[in-house]
Amino acid sequence: MTNHWRDIRHADVILINGANPAEAHPVGFQWMMRAKVERGAKMIHADPRFTRTSAVADTYLRIRTGSDVAYFGGLINYVLQNKLYHDEYVRFATNAGLVVKEGYEFKDGLFNSYDPQKRTYTPAAWAYEIGPDGFAVQDIEHPRSVLNLLRQHYSRYTPEMVERITGIPRDAFLEVARVVGETGKPDKVMTIVYAVGLTHHTTGVQLIRSGAVLQLLLGNMGRPGGGMNAERGHANIQGNTDHAISWDILPGYLRIPAPGQKNLADYLAQSASKKLRPDAVNFFGENYRKFMVSLLKGWYGDAATPTNEFAFDYVPKPAANASWLSIFDQALQGKMEGLLLSGMTATSIGPDSNQVLQALGKLKWLCVMDAFETTSSEFWQAPGIDPTSVQTEVLMLPATHWIEKDGSFVNSGRWSQWKEQVLPPEGEARHDHWILAETFARVRDLYRQQGGKFPEPVLQLTMAYKDPRKPELDEIAQEINGRDLTTGKRLDTFAALRDDGTTTTGDWIYTGHYPESGNLSKRRDGIQDPARNDPTGMGFYPNWAWSWPLNRRVLYNRASADPLGNPWDPTRAGIKWDATAGRWVGDVPDYPATADPTKPGAPLPFIMTGEGTGRIFSNGVADGPFPEHYEPVESPVANPLHPAVSATPVAFLYDQVAGRGNRFGTADEFPYVATSYRLTEHEHYVTQHIEHLVQLQPEAFVEVPAELAQEKGIRNGDHVRVSSKRGKLEVRAVVTKRLGPLQIDGKKVYQIGIPIHWGFVGVRTGQHWLANALTPFVGDASARTPEFKAFLVNIEKM
Amino acid sequence: MEVTRRQFLQLGATSAGALGISPLGFDLTLAKRVKQDLRIDGATVSHTICPYCAVGCALLAYTKKSDNGKVQLLQIEGDPDSPVNEGRLCPKGASALHLATSRRRVESPLHREPGATEWKKISWDEALDILAKNIKASRDRTFVTTDANGNIVNRCEGIAFAGGAAFSSEEGYLATKLMRGLGVVHIEQQARV
Repeated sequence: MTNHWRDIRHADVILINGANPAEAHPVGFQWMMRAKVERGAKMIHADPRFTRTSAVADTYLRIRTGSDVAYFGGLINYVLQNKLYHDEYVRFATNAGLVVKEGYEFKDGLFNSYDPQKRTYTPAAWAYEIGPDGFAVQDIEHPRSVLNLLRQHYSRYTPEMVERITGIPRDAFLEVARVVGETGKPDKVMTIVYAVGLTHHTTGVQLIRSGAVLQLLLGNMGRPGGGMNAERGHANIQGNTDHAISWDILPGYLRIPAPGQKNLADYLAQSASKKLRPDAVNFFGENYRKFMVSLLKGWYGDAATPTNEFAFDYVPKPAANASWLSIFDQALQGKMEGLLLSGMTATSIGPDSNQVLQALGKLKWLCVMDAFETTSSEFWQAPGIDPTSVQTEVLMLPATHWIEKDGSFVNSGRWSQWKEQVLPPEGEARHDHWILAETFARVRDLYRQQGGKFPEPVLQLTMAYKDPRKPELDEIAQEINGRDLTTGKRLDTFAALRDDGTTTTGDWIYTGHYPESGNLSKRRDGIQDPARNDPTGMGFYPNWAWSWPLNRRVLYNRASADPLGNPWDPTRAGIKWDATAGRWVGDVPDYPATADPTKPGAPLPFIMTGEGTGRIFSNGVADGPFPEHYEPVESPVANPLHPAVSATPVAFLYDQVAGRGNRFGTADEFPYVATSYRLTEHEHYVTQHIEHLVQLQPEAFVEVPAELAQEKGIRNGDHVRVSSKRGKLEVRAVVTKRLGPLQIDGKKVYQIGIPIHWGFVGVRTGQHWLANALTPFVGDASARTPEFKAFLVNIEKM
Repeated sequence: MEVTRRQFLQLGATSAGALGISPLGFDLTLAKRVKQDLRIDGATVSHTICPYCAVGCALLAYTKKSDNGKVQLLQIEGDPDSPVNEGRLCPKGASALHLATSRRRVESPLHREPGATEWKKISWDEALDILAKNIKASRDRTFVTTDANGNIVNRCEGIAFAGGAAFSSEEGYLATKLMRGLGVVHIEQQARV
């Protein structure tokens, strides 16, 4: 989230897409209800299903899954055509006025620089015109200004086109567009709330970007009650993304080095953003080297020296994408030998479970660390699998629960909240970090005794804990914070990090969370005393836990005030310039704390980017500088905008590239659109072990639109077979009017709903159907996030 | 007059003694007795966070040491001080106690040999030896120091790590550090799936 849960109560309009917070994040949803009840906010829910969120929304729009770029694009077009955007904000805080380099083109569904053989673009081809001073040319009236290209791009997204693609009737769309457009006024603000209903598509990244572009146009980014707010689905996805359990990054969103980068200079040239305007702070780009060197120094200690580029060679450089789908693709190709799974069951969680089961069977070894048995630890005895045919060696290691260890969880709003150890480990269970540390120590012993391939990083990685086999989480938290090696003291801020090897940090965005005064994630000054604990009255509660970076509660908050530093809406101030004190007050400013905005040459408002502004146009994505609607890879219709380039032209097609058979279905065989989701009573797969929750939702089912059920002779409670090109479920049908037909480009389209929670382990093993047996093995071009949320199925009564 | 649960309990504790009549206008002696009879009375209160979704609801966990020395978890409830949840919980969070005290836990390390039809119980020592040997063997077999273009890449291509959404942040950081230390490039968690 750019903002945080409690902040949502400041919104005038709450636009919810690809999310069902009333059921999936019920307690977070209270802040949306508070906005509605306390300030009369309008809640607009666009979703394939009428859910409990829709039930309390002011407007519900039935939308076809995977078509939200068309919806947001239609809103962008409406806002531009009717000049409803926040003009002063757009000029001040976005790149709308920069001129795009000649050669930019979008034609027949393709941007310039497309390579049809590789199915990729060269994003560097989408760049700004650079002037003789070396900076981006600024001229908002130029025909190739970002604003004018944006106008041109979205002029195709008329209300009629929105209706053809999404199924939302144009009148209903226009009514929503009017409400959304109102928030372009400086004293109005809208929040966009989303979850994996937007990300789980082959256009996932662009779906989010289309919302962000709309928010920048309306001047809603950086403001209390505004922003782009992703609801995370597990307790600590946020913290573990920050700490880079992700193939493409190192902690703090530093890029993983690439082959060909011989030294830090090469790495920085390809990773750090360049300053594109004279008054841009470009904080990340300018300090990238300090963050990277301090990380390398923290990891490799004495082995990291100025003469060896701080052991830059020790950092692995991936040959290609190494994310989720790639792991199982490599396993299917026999190239992946071993897999460690911790609190994450591959069999249930990934798309195309049947193919994942095959992949697990091709590993030499699998190690599952979990508190309970999972569909992965038991994959070799899954229904339909003959264990004697599976040659994978499997280890199941009992791990402790969250409540049996301390450490922090970081919520969707970036609040790092420390938790205490409440119970001792149950039985023989061990902490995951102790399992990992002990295993690493044993591997290190083996290298010490036997030698082996490039042992240096294994032998030299710092393990400076009291007991390297049993590090305390408190010790690790201190390491993450980082220290000044000259004084030995922990640092207060990442601004103190240096690039000469005299400072360390494990994750620069967390520097300052554990200064010498103590662990700030433990702070508990909450609503027991609002007058004292929430001095601004804005709900920041600065002494409750700690949020990154630097305890800032709203990201980009410089944009909550006008160029002179006065809040766009004084009743909902994020920060403001206090001329008397000579500093910014309110939230922790996302801006130099004492930079006077009234002086000429004041820093531009978005301090992290090279442009100094938010990016409406961006070449940071693999599939185009402006979001464009593409059909899901499996779709019942051709893209009305450009039927010849219907689905995204840049999705990586794993099965095709690896020479495996086609696993995508077509509408003649699988005529219905399906989407998958969670229920309130379950959390992914772990809750199949919790009797109380299994009692509340005991059985796998699918939701079938009443009209379709009537056509197919399916009654409520009947057993049905739902099949895709990849697999099937045989479960009960819940016949409901909450799902209904849509008219898509003149065609009647039904959507079927598939809750995900069941499998062949848990309290009721009879409910062994894996929802992801149906979903396709394909992801989006930038993030490779699988398309769980839009695919084709057939349904038959059994 | 609006009274929060916190105030109610405080009122019960402080004002019921003298006259038995509280500012609420009714006798709190009974409420006081009920409070004394609560199973959480005298328990240790710890602070934790809900393990399910990422709203980050703060929890209060009440424990007591039983006569046999074992720590018993008596109750989990929403923390009324939290600016995130203000004491509220959903059905999952409200049943967090059942996750914590489940009797369905895996009891010891288990090993399943290639082609075997069942698990074998093994010791931690045996299990971690097997794991360490497997990691070293796979790393040595699949480690690439220099790629086809002559670039130094120092990567292990044949081991993948996935998980961590239920880790404490510090565990996740250690997992990243150790895996990168081994040269692992295939690293993934629940953010993408």
